[in-house]
Amino acid sequence: MFDYSAFSFADKEELYAKAKKFWNPGKVDFWRGEGIDLVIDRREGYYLYDIEGRRLIDLHINGGTFNFGHSHPELVETLKLALDHFDIGNHWFPSAARTAFAEEFLKTAPGMDYCVFGAGGAEAVELAIKSARYATQKRRIVSIIKGYHGHSGLSVATGDDRFSKIFLADRPEEFAQVPYKDLDALEAELKKGDVAAFILETIPATYGFPMPTAEYLQGCASLCRKYDVMYIADEVQTGLMRTGHMWGWQAYGIQPDIFVSAKGISGGIYPISVACMTDRCAAWQKEDGAAHITTAGGSELGCVVGLKVLEMLQRPEIVANVHAVAQFFADGLGEIQAQNSDIFGGIRQKGVILGLEFEHPEGAVYASKALYEHGVWAIFSSLDKRVLQFKPGVVLDAPLCQEILDRFSAAMPTLRKKLASAPKH
Amino acid sequence: MSGSDTTPRMLTPDVAAARAGQMLNTARWAADSFAKMDNETVRMVVKAMSEAGFAKAKDYAEWAVRETGYGRVAHKIMKNEGCSRGIFEKYGDLDFVAPRISHEAKTVELARPAGVVFALTPVTNPVATVYFKALLAVMTRNAIVISPHPGAKEVCADAVRTLAVAAQSAGAPAGLIQVVEEPTIPLIDHFMTSDDVDLIVATGGPAVVKAAYRSGNPAIGVGSGNAPVLVDDTCDLRKAAKYIVDSKGFDNSILCTNESTILAFESVADQLLQQLKNARAHVCKPQEVEALRKLLFTDSGFNVDMIGKDASLIAEAAGFRAPGAEILVAPVELIQPEETLVREKLCPVLAFGRVDDINQGIAAARSVMRKSGKGHSAVIHSTDERRILSYANAVPALRIVVNVGCSLGASGFETHLGPSMTIGTGFAGGSSVGANLKPENFINMARIAYNKSDAEPFGVFEGLARDTVAAPLPAIHTFPSTAPSAPQAGGEMRAELRQLIQEELKAILTA
Repeated sequence: MFDYSAFSFADKEELYAKAKKFWNPGKVDFWRGEGIDLVIDRREGYYLYDIEGRRLIDLHINGGTFNFGHSHPELVETLKLALDHFDIGNHWFPSAARTAFAEEFLKTAPGMDYCVFGAGGAEAVELAIKSARYATQKRRIVSIIKGYHGHSGLSVATGDDRFSKIFLADRPEEFAQVPYKDLDALEAELKKGDVAAFILETIPATYGFPMPTAEYLQGCASLCRKYDVMYIADEVQTGLMRTGHMWGWQAYGIQPDIFVSAKGISGGIYPISVACMTDRCAAWQKEDGAAHITTAGGSELGCVVGLKVLEMLQRPEIVANVHAVAQFFADGLGEIQAQNSDIFGGIRQKGVILGLEFEHPEGAVYASKALYEHGVWAIFSSLDKRVLQFKPGVVLDAPLCQEILDRFSAAMPTLRKKLASAPKH
Repeated sequence: MSGSDTTPRMLTPDVAAARAGQMLNTARWAADSFAKMDNETVRMVVKAMSEAGFAKAKDYAEWAVRETGYGRVAHKIMKNEGCSRGIFEKYGDLDFVAPRISHEAKTVELARPAGVVFALTPVTNPVATVYFKALLAVMTRNAIVISPHPGAKEVCADAVRTLAVAAQSAGAPAGLIQVVEEPTIPLIDHFMTSDDVDLIVATGGPAVVKAAYRSGNPAIGVGSGNAPVLVDDTCDLRKAAKYIVDSKGFDNSILCTNESTILAFESVADQLLQQLKNARAHVCKPQEVEALRKLLFTDSGFNVDMIGKDASLIAEAAGFRAPGAEILVAPVELIQPEETLVREKLCPVLAFGRVDDINQGIAAARSVMRKSGKGHSAVIHSTDERRILSYANAVPALRIVVNVGCSLGASGFETHLGPSMTIGTGFAGGSSVGANLKPENFINMARIAYNKSDAEPFGVFEGLARDTVAAPLPAIHTFPSTAPSAPQAGGEMRAELRQLIQEELKAILTA
């Protein structure tokens, strides 16, 4: 009996049956089909507990949402104290919390002038695209093949067909895609003269974190400048110190016109997102400040939490911890990779953003399963299933990192067996 | 803010406690990485720390006196030097890395560092204790977080930074030596009770020591001193007087090993008083003794304003003059704890009592130590081994120093007890250790032990390092190394990735 006082379930089977009936049959079937029998219940730090009590170490962290782990006590206390004074707030009026958060946020992003708030990543991408269109008075948006920027009307059109065509939401006339790391293809699109923005995740997450070079990103930015196209950096997974810098674009020495932050800025406890932009891109707010209205966007509670997230991330000891974690996994996974190079092909890494390549077209799906059986939860990349997203949080401590590595190492023979009997594609 | 209400409209969590937790994480990373280093690196790190500390011995001595108002610069320089280069000279050649092989016992011992040490340092010997604990912790491959007494926090924080920079430049990981810049009771409590602390080393008042033991973490705390000095009729009185005055005057009695009360054989008492005068002691008249008693002991205990002050200043504060005196000698009639002047006095005031013989001397020494000082130090000036042995056997001290000043004798600088700023007071003194703190206190030993039967021969471990098992060879490829679904992920990309990782690592190392 799982009793939550407001609701209860007799057992996991009842929960599955009702989830299938009332919520999402596809998702329920998919994970059970993969052998990932997980209903997340209690959570604490970087641990997740299945409703039946099994503990998992979370390396999925929902793309950085749980950068500080789950229910980080300082963030929870911040939110609880904020609730004594604030609520979502009224989006029409100037607000102390929103103003303070915008000011602090901008201090982390030299070159930017305004914060426009949303409630989630997709909304921030909408805001970015709309702002770029306003600034340039052009309509077309260019993104990369296998890019990913969310699921709302404009954002989904920038991404993979898988997510747009099903809803008849693809808009080929307004949205073009070019291959990643192909500056010529990008220039061919931009030179048409009708492009408002180029949007790119600084390290494409859903594509499995293929690492850009600084030259490529700088090349993109200078092409944008050349054709008066707004460069939108999607920093949802690369921001917030995960590259070892506050924002990924800073790690690569580029200056976007707009960048987007979500997930981790919420501390995993109160949704908020930010489209941070130059004066030029934010100029619509001077013409009509209410041109974009969002009741839950920039909620005051989210602002107070976001402020705390930024303050914590800038503490020297947290920055040092990010470097320690990054170096630990660079060394440790490097060793494991050398010993298991038959199945574990390579490591992509920037800071605590890692993509691990496995030697099978769906190698990461099997790796995810093998790790799951060894008490670690890490998810494959939806758009490149060879690559496992391996995303340690920024306050992981040394003993837990060692435990992760030991569990990872122990999972390698299991993975080898799974791959040996996997259908060859 | 409008109106006169200054209460914040919204509250935020206490940042200090949260940061404390992260300091311990940092320390753990450093400890883990430092524990893997070889003996030569460890030795170079300790040497660099000791040299950096030595170089700043004078600056910090002046700074400490300025900040705390306690002690004497010249003597603090000596302590700072003794606890930096002196400690390295004493222990620097010890190897806590190599396996220790015993063929007789058929064992191999591997030193295992505690891990993360949390150290409290006192206001009285601020920098010397910082040096001492940091060097001992690091030479045994531990990380250390030092929480200085708030009264000496600035000089200690600077001293810790000096050691940390030196250690890092000699190859130690960042974060191996850290300081709590703003120590507060709740913050110290947070550290002491944290599961991420492996060992607490507490020097300070009894409250601090008891708190350390109550914390639930392994702890080494040490109690306070109150050393009696027995002077019999077989010693050289001139030398004894000189030792006593120099020791009692050393840093104005701020070491916990300083002499508390002379117990002079009646037959030599007057001669001893004369010798003390010759050695620049001021022997107080009865009304001066009374004034001192009032000045030094208030209803709430020892007058902390007098800690480590010059003898002449104390005399002035008590209303008499003792210009140029190294110490003040206060003759007392009663040698019992109710005579406050026989208690611990961290200032150059020495009680002086008379005893008829060794038996009475022993009884008097026990009386002196009844209220405080158990497990700590006692002194005897004598050449009669039987008396020395009976005295040592009967007084509740764990170090009984002979024909030497107690300040530097019991603390191991002028004896072979091992130089120490932390004096174990044993079970009697509420401590888990009874000797002067040594590097061995910061490690455990893992022991490989063979079957003692001759049927099972002992292994040959000579020439092997701790971690000698070679990394396994890469497995044989059984799957295609590139997959069709990722056209870009060829060898070139991998090389590029490898380079990026290298660059990232380089950035980390130089950060």
